[in-house]
Amino acid sequence: MVDLVTNDEPRDNLFLVALKSPSFVIGLVLTLMFSIGAVVSFFWTPFDVAVLDILNRLKCPPAQNWVASLQIPSAENNWFASWACQSAPEYLFGTDHFGRDMFSMILVGARTSIAVAFIAVGIGIGVGVPLGLAAAAKTGSIIDELIMRSNDLVLAFPALLIAILITAVYGASATNAIIAIGIFNIPVFARLTRGAALSLWTREFVLAARVAGKGPVLISIEHILPNIMNLLIVQSTIQFSLGILAEAGLSYVGLGVQPPIPSWGRMLADAQTMISFAPHMALLPGIAIILTVLGLNLMGDGLRDVFDPKLRRSRT
Amino acid sequence: MLVFILKRSISLLLTLIAASFVIFFVIEVVPGDPASFMMGFEASPEAVEALREQLGLNAPLWERYLSWIVGLLQGDFGTSYTYKVPISDLIADRIWVSLPLAAFALTLSILIAFPVGVLAAAKRNSATDVSIMGATQLGIAIPNFWFAMILVLIFAIQNRWFSAGGFPGWDEGFWVGVKGLTLPAISLALPQASILARVMRSSLLDTLDEDYVRTARAKGLSRRQALWRHALRNAMIPVLTIIGLQFSFLMAGSVIIERVFFLPGIGSLVFLGITQRDLIVVKSVVMLLVFAVIVVTFLVDVAYAFVDPRLRKGR
Repeated sequence: MVDLVTNDEPRDNLFLVALKSPSFVIGLVLTLMFSIGAVVSFFWTPFDVAVLDILNRLKCPPAQNWVASLQIPSAENNWFASWACQSAPEYLFGTDHFGRDMFSMILVGARTSIAVAFIAVGIGIGVGVPLGLAAAAKTGSIIDELIMRSNDLVLAFPALLIAILITAVYGASATNAIIAIGIFNIPVFARLTRGAALSLWTREFVLAARVAGKGPVLISIEHILPNIMNLLIVQSTIQFSLGILAEAGLSYVGLGVQPPIPSWGRMLADAQTMISFAPHMALLPGIAIILTVLGLNLMGDGLRDVFDPKLRRSRT
Repeated sequence: MLVFILKRSISLLLTLIAASFVIFFVIEVVPGDPASFMMGFEASPEAVEALREQLGLNAPLWERYLSWIVGLLQGDFGTSYTYKVPISDLIADRIWVSLPLAAFALTLSILIAFPVGVLAAAKRNSATDVSIMGATQLGIAIPNFWFAMILVLIFAIQNRWFSAGGFPGWDEGFWVGVKGLTLPAISLALPQASILARVMRSSLLDTLDEDYVRTARAKGLSRRQALWRHALRNAMIPVLTIIGLQFSFLMAGSVIIERVFFLPGIGSLVFLGITQRDLIVVKSVVMLLVFAVIVVTFLVDVAYAFVDPRLRKGR
């Protein structure tokens, strides 16, 4: 078991330590980029995503035309000539089959993805952490047994399959996608919390609190919870990224966010039949998903290295 | 050992019973009346009542549950409402797409992850290691259905090496079938291989730090020999768990991938059931998939106990 409380490291400048890790910095920049994009989309987008503009449909990004015009000196004919397409300078990322601006769609899609994943992680923490704390406080009891066995049960289910089942029976909507993804976050956090809390319960400061007359609830909240915060933060970033992937998958098969709300998964579903003549419609939302997930994972890795000095010493 | 297997078998049985309760509850109790759910809003009350009778919905809950379970145990999955054929026939056709696909993807993922993970661990902190780790981060972040679309764009539309979708069937010959499953298997395998390679690497790094590896080095083995003879075998234990878990993911992940490639597999059967509101198909096929996943996890656990005696005593 990793020692959770480290007194040999100064605790106040963890963020500054983290900034020295390249993976954390890259992750932070990517995550901030999409978070800011999502927030900005509430107030402003270059074009209104609710307005269809059929005359400007399927415009490709100007960059694609630029590539098509490239001349390779030694080549006999132009390699990328087949990439030539209709573009317009005001549509930096091109337009979709309804003439909606892809850049605006991706900004609004970021809002959807982040909101779904964020609430789903909130459900996981809100339910899973108290369950884990309770299981650890009453270790070996019937409560502990019950909580851990139900965890095993949920983990035994293929997550995506049950998410599909829930959205299918209750109807496809953003809310049901959130619930379906959130349910699978619960055992992850409950397990993590219980494991970490168990090792803390044997420590002197908890014993001292018990001698001072504090009950298990108070000890869990005042002494256990603050000491497992780091672990929870790292796990949250990982679950967040998994949530974004799950939302994209559900929306892609039509069981997640419903039109007209733009979502990256839905944009990919729309793009599929047009991939041969409008590949930008598939490429751009996909790249948005990849960069967001990558950013969160890199940030989580960086934070884990910072929070766990043992790992930092041995692996660098 | 016998006691261990017995204990695990009991917990396997309990998990299966609990899982069947959950699925039954979600499908038959939660939507209110399954018959009117299946027929939609416009159905006449008489038609709904006829379907209720046909589905046996007028029987008490426990009786419906028992007859479903007893049927499953006898290999009777019920009759599809939309297709009017036994669900076991539908499954029998489609299992020969899904099972080979999962096996193909798992094989690919192991074939990629194993050498890559060992290489990264052997050259810890080198440029090779850093680029492999970076590549696996990317592999985890790529949604497999998007990767599938890109593969189709490159290998089916730009270069017509593979077909963009559909499955010719095994009757056309073994290699034709394999070719039809290649792009789906690659897109399923990519994220799995990335995860497996990372587990392989970190597990191997842990064992390389062990005392017995140092002892092996001290008695004159080269780094390479110590890695292959001593570290690797012990590093395989966590890797095996992940492979077991990945089977679960491949079964569920195939629901989406089968849709990208229009493959007539088990996943697309679940999906058809959902879109046709054919709850009987959904219930039985989901139960079959969950059963497969739980049993595989059990087998991995037991396989462990054979490999590692410490796990037997621990419980």
